[in-house]
Amino acid sequence: MTGLLPGFADPVVDAQSTFRAVLEAMARPGRVQRLPAPPAPPAPLSPAAGAVLLALADGETPLWLDAGADASEWARFHAGCPVAADAGGAEFVLAVGTPPALSALEAGTDEDPHRSATLILQVAALEEGTGWRLTGPGIEHEHRLHVTGAPDGFLAQWAANRALSPRGVDVILCAGDRVAALPRGTSIKEG
Amino acid sequence: MSGYNFAYLDEGTKRMIRRALLKAVAVPGFQVPFGSREMPLPYGWGTGGIQVTAAVIGPDDTLKVIDQGADDTTNAVSIRRFFARVAPGLRTTESTAEATVIQTRHRIPETPLREGQVMVYQVPQPEPLFRLEPRRAETRRLHALADYGLMQVKLYEDIARHGRVASSYDHPVMVGDRYLMSPSPIPSFDNPKMHMSPALQLFGAGRERRLYAVPPYTAVRSLDFEDHPFVPLRANGRCTLCGSGESYLDEVVTDDRGGRMFVCSDTDYCGTRQARMKEAAE
Repeated sequence: MTGLLPGFADPVVDAQSTFRAVLEAMARPGRVQRLPAPPAPPAPLSPAAGAVLLALADGETPLWLDAGADASEWARFHAGCPVAADAGGAEFVLAVGTPPALSALEAGTDEDPHRSATLILQVAALEEGTGWRLTGPGIEHEHRLHVTGAPDGFLAQWAANRALSPRGVDVILCAGDRVAALPRGTSIKEG
Repeated sequence: MSGYNFAYLDEGTKRMIRRALLKAVAVPGFQVPFGSREMPLPYGWGTGGIQVTAAVIGPDDTLKVIDQGADDTTNAVSIRRFFARVAPGLRTTESTAEATVIQTRHRIPETPLREGQVMVYQVPQPEPLFRLEPRRAETRRLHALADYGLMQVKLYEDIARHGRVASSYDHPVMVGDRYLMSPSPIPSFDNPKMHMSPALQLFGAGRERRLYAVPPYTAVRSLDFEDHPFVPLRANGRCTLCGSGESYLDEVVTDDRGGRMFVCSDTDYCGTRQARMKEAAE
C-alpha cells in the first residue's frame, strides 16, 4: 500500500447528501442523481461507488468487492466493514468488473425480504431519456435509462431477479459522480 | 445543544436507519425492523418519525412539522424546535409549499405535495393486523403469504353490523397490490392522497421498531368491497374561518351551551386562504 487516500471531506454532511441522492434514486428508479461531494477513492473505484460505500457500509455490513487491494484497504479503513470472501454472504457487493450472478447473491426470505444484498455496480456511463424502458413503483409512466457498460446478459438476470419479488437483490448503478438505482420491483424492457 | 452530532443521532445509528429506509423503499409497504434508539421524548410522541427525519435531513432542507394538521400544537412546536437546535443550518417553515421534509402526526396537508418532498409519518402501531392477530410471528407469516382474509372479514363484519365500514381513521391500504399497510392514524379522508403521490412517503414507529415506505407514483388502494366501495369521510360543513368546503374539518366546542363550529384541521391551508380573502377584500 502506497499511502491511503482520504474518505469524505466532511463525513457527516457528505454522508447525508450521498444518502439523499441514493434515496431519491431508489425512490425514482432510472432517474440519474449527481452526488454533490463524492470522495476520490483509489482506482478503479469511481467517486460515486466510493461515496455510496462510505455512506452506507460499516462494521455491521460484510462487503464483497472485486476492485483490488487498494480499494479493499480503503473501504476497510474508512467504512470499517468486514470484507467477505464469498459474494453470497455479503450485504453489499461492489463490482467494477463482471459482477457475480444476481442469483448467487442473498435475496432475503419471504418473511424477511429486506435481508437481501445490495449490488453496487460500477458502469461506464448513465444517461436518462434513451435506452431501457423502466416501469414499476416510483415511476409515473415510464423512465428511460441508458447504461453504458452493463454486464452481458444483465436484463435476463434482472427478469429472474424481479420474478422473486418481494424478495430479490437491489442494484445501485454508479458512473463517475452519478448514481441511479434499480430496486427489485422495477421491470426493464430493452429500448 | 452543543456537543451533539448533526440531527442528534450518531452516524452509526443514521447509517443503520438509512440502510433500512432504502430496503423499505425497495419493498413498498413492507415493515422493516430497525434498532430504535431512546430519544429525548417519550414513546408515543413521535420517536419513530423523529429518527427517520434525523436520518434524512441535511443542512439544505426546510422542515415542516404538523400535529393533526396544525403547525402550532405542542408536539409540532417541540419537534420543530428540537431540530432547529440540533441541526444547524436547517430552516423550518409552516408552509407546505416551501417544505422539503414534512414530519406529520395523523394528517396529510391539503396543499398537494410535489416531487422532491419527503413525508415522514409518525406511526404508533405499524401492524395493520394487530387487533386481529396479536402474535407478531403470525402476522409476519400472513404478510409473507399476502393472506389478508382476516382484514376482509373484519370489514365485512363492520358492514353487516353498521351498514358501512366503521374505521374513520387508520383505514388499511394495499400498497402496490402486495402488502397490507397501516397508513398511520390519518383520517380516511386523507387515504386517497397517498395514491400515486409525487412525494416520497416514509413511516417510522419508534416503540414498535419498524419503518416502512411508499415510493412516489405507487398504487395505494384503500381496502373495500365491489358493492361497498371505500368512501372517505368528511364532516358535512364549511370552515367557519376560511369558508373551505373541501378541507378536512375539526369540530370545536365554543361554549357550554352546545355551541360548536367547524374549522380546517390544516392551519397552513386555512391561514393562507384567510390571508388571501383579506387581500381580496382590501
